Amino acid sequence: MNRIDQLFQAKKDHILNIYFTAGFPNLDDTVTIIKTLDHAGADMIEIGMPYSDPMADGPTIQESGSKAIANGMTLSTLFQQLKDIRKETQIPLLFMGYLNQMMQYGVDKFLQGCTAAGIDGLIIPDLPVDIYESELKDKIAGSGLHIIFLITPQTSEDRIRKIDALAGGFIYMVSSASITGAKSGISDEQTKYFERVNAMNLKNPRLIGFGISNHQTFETACQYADGAIIGSAFIRHLGQNQNRVQEATREFVEGILEKSEA
Amino acid sequence: MNYLVDEKGFYGDFGGAFIPEMLHANIEELRNHYMGIIYDPDFQDEMQDLLKNYVGRPSPLYHAKRMSKHFGTTIYLKREDLNHTGAHKINNTIGQILLAQKLGKKRIIAETGAGQHGVATATVCALMGLECIVYMGEVDIARQAPNVSRMRMLGAEVRPATSGSKTLKDATNEAIRDWINNPTDTHYIIGSVVGPHPYPDMVARFQAIISKEMRWQLKEQTGSELPDIIIACVGGGSNAAGAYYHYLDEPDVRLIAVEAAGLGIHSGESAATSVLGSKGIIHGSRTLLMQTDDGQIVEPYSISAGLDYPGIGPMHAHLIDSGRAEAVSVTDDEALDSAFLVTRLEGIIPALESAHAFAAMDKIKYNADDTVVINLSGRGDKDLSTYIKKLDQA
Ligand SMILES: Cc1ncc(COP(=O)(O)O)c(C=O)c1O
Repeated sequence: MNRIDQLFQAKKDHILNIYFTAGFPNLDDTVTIIKTLDHAGADMIEIGMPYSDPMADGPTIQESGSKAIANGMTLSTLFQQLKDIRKETQIPLLFMGYLNQMMQYGVDKFLQGCTAAGIDGLIIPDLPVDIYESELKDKIAGSGLHIIFLITPQTSEDRIRKIDALAGGFIYMVSSASITGAKSGISDEQTKYFERVNAMNLKNPRLIGFGISNHQTFETACQYADGAIIGSAFIRHLGQNQNRVQEATREFVEGILEKSEA
Repeated sequence: MNYLVDEKGFYGDFGGAFIPEMLHANIEELRNHYMGIIYDPDFQDEMQDLLKNYVGRPSPLYHAKRMSKHFGTTIYLKREDLNHTGAHKINNTIGQILLAQKLGKKRIIAETGAGQHGVATATVCALMGLECIVYMGEVDIARQAPNVSRMRMLGAEVRPATSGSKTLKDATNEAIRDWINNPTDTHYIIGSVVGPHPYPDMVARFQAIISKEMRWQLKEQTGSELPDIIIACVGGGSNAAGAYYHYLDEPDVRLIAVEAAGLGIHSGESAATSVLGSKGIIHGSRTLLMQTDDGQIVEPYSISAGLDYPGIGPMHAHLIDSGRAEAVSVTDDEALDSAFLVTRLEGIIPALESAHAFAAMDKIKYNADDTVVINLSGRGDKDLSTYIKKLDQA
């Protein structure tokens, strides 16, 4: 069974999914960050494939990507770094990146690389559902990887149902109309949207992302979904602690979880 | 073969809308409404009135006699340089501002490289009294200062794009991000036949007025609506799309797409996308673009800020891929030389972008009895400092 499904079966709330950009702050931090996130209590990890033109991302993630590319990160390097990761940890791992990267690397070769490394799911924000269905569904589904789709406050009910039918693993509920890292806090309008989606009885669990940055926003998000995703806030923290990545990673996760085990 | 967009938003294998879910509602709204709005008779009346009385259309089709003699064939120039604001870009912004009003939008955003599209957008926003924000790469703001001043005088806010390489592609990323953050009240006026469907098709339809006029103007002056050759420069491809549009299904009319080779195609400093590019996704469209083996988009180079875009519109990718259009590339130096040649032969100072189209005359085969139309996409006022540098060197 896919590790993402195992996780959602075993744990029903407070799922903490952390994003980081591979190759940032230093080229070889990838494995250290993954292992430390796992030990510190994260439940799932999104590994960002750094991209020159990340349309859906804000300045924090974009700059971390530019730095990672300048550090020499490529997809082949990333696969190389991850080749023994499954000897170290069984935490669910996802790749997050843009369709052009997959196309240029070669979709088949990319999917083989993911399977060989033990990746469990993909988040490709610029892969629309209809193109997924017509061009990539057979390949991706055949590889055993889950494809995660985003929904926003603007996504219609019909479309959410269509996405729910095609998605595997979980649905990524974007908290507001925004790019990553843009807004923080959760408004009444947003909670109404979360409640509206919750009332739909979808087959996939949901995680809330965008604007989740600390213990308090994580707790709030967890009231409305199975858990939450944190990206920009972690990248900012790593950026401020480039020479103590392992400690910084541990203290960040501990800060988010603070009292949430209680 | 069909050279226009299909019902799914593709030109052959190129095009589509590769956008994050955050943009889905905006793009869907446009896709559902653009044809209905554009072809509404009231909209057409309003647009034709502005194109005639505000922009100054029809733009002349001018028989360039001294140039014809120089090249030993018959050359006509389509004078988009005589439009208000000095380029073809305003054909599109007039159409899109009217469309934005019909959609009830209150806030306009745009990207710009050389500043021509930014000026054309700021102009129509002033005309309609709408808020205007133009994203421009920090590097371009520094090298295109006069256009930055024009936009400010017109009341637009020019926001520097400080990410990535700080030029046109990054300004486009910033405009897209702004649109994601402001999904309901804002319309994004894209400046070329690029971006997610329906933009390439919509912008091509607004620019199609160029070839629509060419047909009757040629008929008047030569007795035939059909030239043998049409030449246009291609940045994103909007002036070329407009010049080709009503000739796409006339196989006897050769279409020449002129790209900027910068310092030379293999110099590492070039913008010749159809030669150096490969299939990929840029700004929500599957098309040809310049990228590394690892799929990172490359920063192109050309002396002309309007041609240094790392992709081309999906319609052109399809035209070139299918052999309907021939791609030609022209270096900085060749373009500069031909800017001087045109100026001295015809008393017309062309934009550096358009100068690339003229330089293609030295690269293509033609016959003495051919009729050639060169799309003179813009005037050279904005490029004077570059031209003067060349004069001072001579
Ligand atoms: C005068 C002129 N010609 C051509 C272009 C290139 O754009 P496109 O290929 O969309 O016509 C520009 C862009 O700024 C321009 O200003």
